[in-house]
Amino acid sequence: MERHFDNEINALKERLLTMASHAEAAVNQAVQALTQRDLDLALRVKDSDSVIDQFEIEIDDLAIHLLSKAPLASDLRFVTVAMKISQNLERVGDEGAKIAKRARDLSKEPPLKLSVDLPKMSELALEMLKAALDSFVQRDPAAARALIPRDKAVDALHKDIQRVLTEQMTSDTETIKRCLNLMIAAKSLERIADHATNIAEEVVYLCEAADIRHAGKTGPPVT
Amino acid sequence: MAIPISPKLSVPQPTAAPGSTGASLIEIASLSLYYGPAKALKEISLSIRERVVTAFIGPSGCGKSTLLRCLNRMNDLIDGVRIEGSVKIGGHDIYAHDVDAIELRKRVGMVFQKSNPFPKSVYDNVAYGLRLQGMSKKSELDTAIEESLRGAALWDEVKDRLHASALGLSGGQQQRLCIARAIAIKPEIILMDEPASALDPIATSRIEDLIQELKKDFTIVIVTHNMQQAARMSDDTAFFYLGELVEFDSTTKIFTNPKQKRTEDYVTGRFG
Amino acid sequence: MTGTRSFKSERFDFASFFFSGLTGLATLLIVGILATILINIFINGFPGLSWHFVSTIPKKDFFDLATTGVFPMIVGTTIRVMVMTIFVLPVGVITAIYLTEYAPAASLVTRTIRAAINNLAGVPSIVFGLFGLGFFINFIGKNLDALLHNPGPVWGQPALVWASLTLAVMTLPVVIVATEESLRAIPMGLREASLALGATKLETILKIVLPQALPGIMTGGILAISRAAGEVAPILFTGVAYYMASLPHHFSDQFMDLGYHVFVLSTQSPNIEKTRPILYATVLVLLALTFALNFVAILIRARVRKKLRALG
Repeated sequence: MERHFDNEINALKERLLTMASHAEAAVNQAVQALTQRDLDLALRVKDSDSVIDQFEIEIDDLAIHLLSKAPLASDLRFVTVAMKISQNLERVGDEGAKIAKRARDLSKEPPLKLSVDLPKMSELALEMLKAALDSFVQRDPAAARALIPRDKAVDALHKDIQRVLTEQMTSDTETIKRCLNLMIAAKSLERIADHATNIAEEVVYLCEAADIRHAGKTGPPVT
Repeated sequence: MAIPISPKLSVPQPTAAPGSTGASLIEIASLSLYYGPAKALKEISLSIRERVVTAFIGPSGCGKSTLLRCLNRMNDLIDGVRIEGSVKIGGHDIYAHDVDAIELRKRVGMVFQKSNPFPKSVYDNVAYGLRLQGMSKKSELDTAIEESLRGAALWDEVKDRLHASALGLSGGQQQRLCIARAIAIKPEIILMDEPASALDPIATSRIEDLIQELKKDFTIVIVTHNMQQAARMSDDTAFFYLGELVEFDSTTKIFTNPKQKRTEDYVTGRFG
Repeated sequence: MTGTRSFKSERFDFASFFFSGLTGLATLLIVGILATILINIFINGFPGLSWHFVSTIPKKDFFDLATTGVFPMIVGTTIRVMVMTIFVLPVGVITAIYLTEYAPAASLVTRTIRAAINNLAGVPSIVFGLFGLGFFINFIGKNLDALLHNPGPVWGQPALVWASLTLAVMTLPVVIVATEESLRAIPMGLREASLALGATKLETILKIVLPQALPGIMTGGILAISRAAGEVAPILFTGVAYYMASLPHHFSDQFMDLGYHVFVLSTQSPNIEKTRPILYATVLVLLALTFALNFVAILIRARVRKKLRALG
C-alpha cells in the first residue's frame, strides 16, 4: 500500500544522496587543486563547505519531523541511520575543506619534488564512499560488509605516504612545512575512508538490525 | 593526568525474549475456536510470562479480542462457540470439565473497551466483587476499597464522593474505576480489551502509567490496535492476523526488527 | 475569490411545512377527542357526585340518585386490580427474564413462546371471561372443593380470586413485553462486567439487571392496571355480582364493580332519564379511580427512577 509517509522517506533519501554528491565533488576538487596547485579551485572548495553543513541541518530537521510521526521497525531504523549518514557526510565535507586549505597553502609555496600518490589514496577513499552510498540505495548489506576490509588498503597507503614524507622531512628541513601540509591532507583522506566504513556499518544496521560497529576493538571493559 | 573513565551508562535492557527468563503463567497450546462452522482462532500456541505486560496486536477481526476472552472463558456466554486445544493457567487446564468458570473469573479479571461502571455509587462499584465473595464488614470493605482505588490512581479524586454515583465521573475516571473494581478482588491476571481506546490522550497516558505500576503485582494482557501504545507499554507482543499467531517476541524486537514480513508490514502501516 | 453566496434558503420548503402541519393537526385531533370525552363525562357526571355517593353501600335499588352509592363498587374494582397485580407481575417478570436472559435466541421453544404471547394479546376480552369460567372455576375451583371436602361450592363458583387471575392472564402479555423491553435496554456491558467479576448469572440478574429494569417493569404494571380497571367482560362470569349486601372479605367472595355497574344501570333501569346522571357519575368515579391508581403507581416509579439515578 502506498503511504504518504513513503514519500517523505524518499524525500529524505534524495536529500541524503544529493548531500553525498556534494561531498564527493568537494573531495575530488580539493585533491585536484592540490595536485594542480590551483589556488582558485582550492578557495572555492573551502567556501562551499557551508553548503554541505546546511544539508546536515536540513536532513536532521527532516528526520526529526519524521520521528515525530513515531515510525517503527525498518522505518525507524531508516530515519536514525539517515541522521548518522548525514553526520558522516558532513565530516567528509569538512575533510574536503581541510584538504582545500592545504592546497591553498601549498600553492603559495614552491612545488615539492616528491612523488606522493595522494590521487591514488583519494581514488580509493572516494570509491569506498561511493560503494557505501550505493549499498545504502540498494539496501545491500552484503555489499556494505564487503567494502569494510578495503579500509586496510587505504590505511596501508597512508602509512606508506607518512613514511616517505617523514624521510623527506628528516633529510631536508627546508621541506618540512610543505611535507606537513601533505601529511595533513593524507590524514584527511584516511579519515574519509573511515567515514565510508561507518556508513557501511550503518547500512548493515538498517538492513539487518545488526550492530557491527566497534567489532574487533579489544580492551578491558569499563566498570 | 588521569583521564576520568565515565561509568557505563545504565541502558534499559530490553526484556529477554519470551521463554528465556521469567516463569510462564499462561500456556496456550494449539488453541482453536469455532463460531459455529467459522474458525476464528487457528491453532494458537503462546506462553505468557507472569508479571509482565503482554500486548496482542493485529488488524480488526484478527482474533486478538477473541483470544483474550478465552482466557477468562467469557466466550462461554456466546451460543455456538467451540474450543479445541488447551489453555493452562498455572498448570491447570481452564477448560477442564471440573473447572468452575465463576471461580476462574475471580482470578482472571477483565477491563473492557467501553467502561461499564454499574449505576451505583463509587463505593458500591468497587465493593461489588468483594461482597460477592462474602466480605460484609464495613471496616474490611473500607480498607479494601481504599486500597483498590489507590492502586488505580483514583483515590484522591473520589475520596470525598465515594457514595455519589459512579456515572458522574469522567470517561477516564470511570475506566480507572473499572480497573479498581477489577483489582479489588485481587486476581492474578488482568485482561484489558483496548482499555484506553475511548479516552483522550491525557486519560490514556494516565492509564498507561497505571498499567506500568500494576504489572508489579499482576500479570497483564492487553489488546490494543494502537501500535505506539503497545510499543510504550508492553514487554512482550504477539501479532495476530486472520486468526493466526504470526509472531510473538519481546516488544522491542517486534517494533524495531520483526522477523516476519507480515509483522513488519503491519507495524509500519503498509497493510491495505 | 469571487463573492460567496449567502446562506438564505432558495425557496420555501413546502414538504416540511406540510408535514409538520399534518402531524400537529393529528395531535390536536387526538387531544380534542380525549378532551371531548372527558369534558362530556365531567359535565354530565359531576352534578351526581357527592360524598354520600362514593361512601354509601346502596340498598337494592340503584336507580334513585338520592339513595344510591358506589362504595362497594369502588372497593371491588380496587381489590380485584390489586390482586391481579400481585399475580401478574411476578409471572410476567419471570417469563420475561427467561426469554431475555436464559432462552437460546432462535430456538423453536423460544419462538413458540413468543408466538403464544403475541396471540394471547390479541384474544378478545370475552374469551378470557369464558376461559376463566371453564378453567379456573369449573376445573380448578370444583376440584379444589372436592379436595377440601367442602359441603357446598366455595371455590367452584365465581370469586374474587378467579376474576383476578383471569385478568392477570389477560394482561400478562403487556407485562412481559414491557419487562422485556426494559431488560433489553440494559447494555450487555453491565452484565459482562458483573460476570467478569465472578458473579453467577443469577447474581447478575438480581443485583444488576433487575434493579435497573424496575422502572420499566412498573410501566408494565401501570399499563396492566389501566387496562384491567376498565374491563368488564373477563369478570362477567368469573366473579362480579349484581348486588352484594356487604363488602368482599375472602378470596372466595364475589364483588361489585364500577364498570359492571354502568352496564347494569344502562340495561336494567326502568327510567333511563332518571338513571342517566347516576350513570355518568359512576363513569366519572371509574375514571377518577383509574387515574388515581395510575397516579400512585407513577409516583412510586418516579421515586424508583430518582433513586436509581442518584446512586442506585
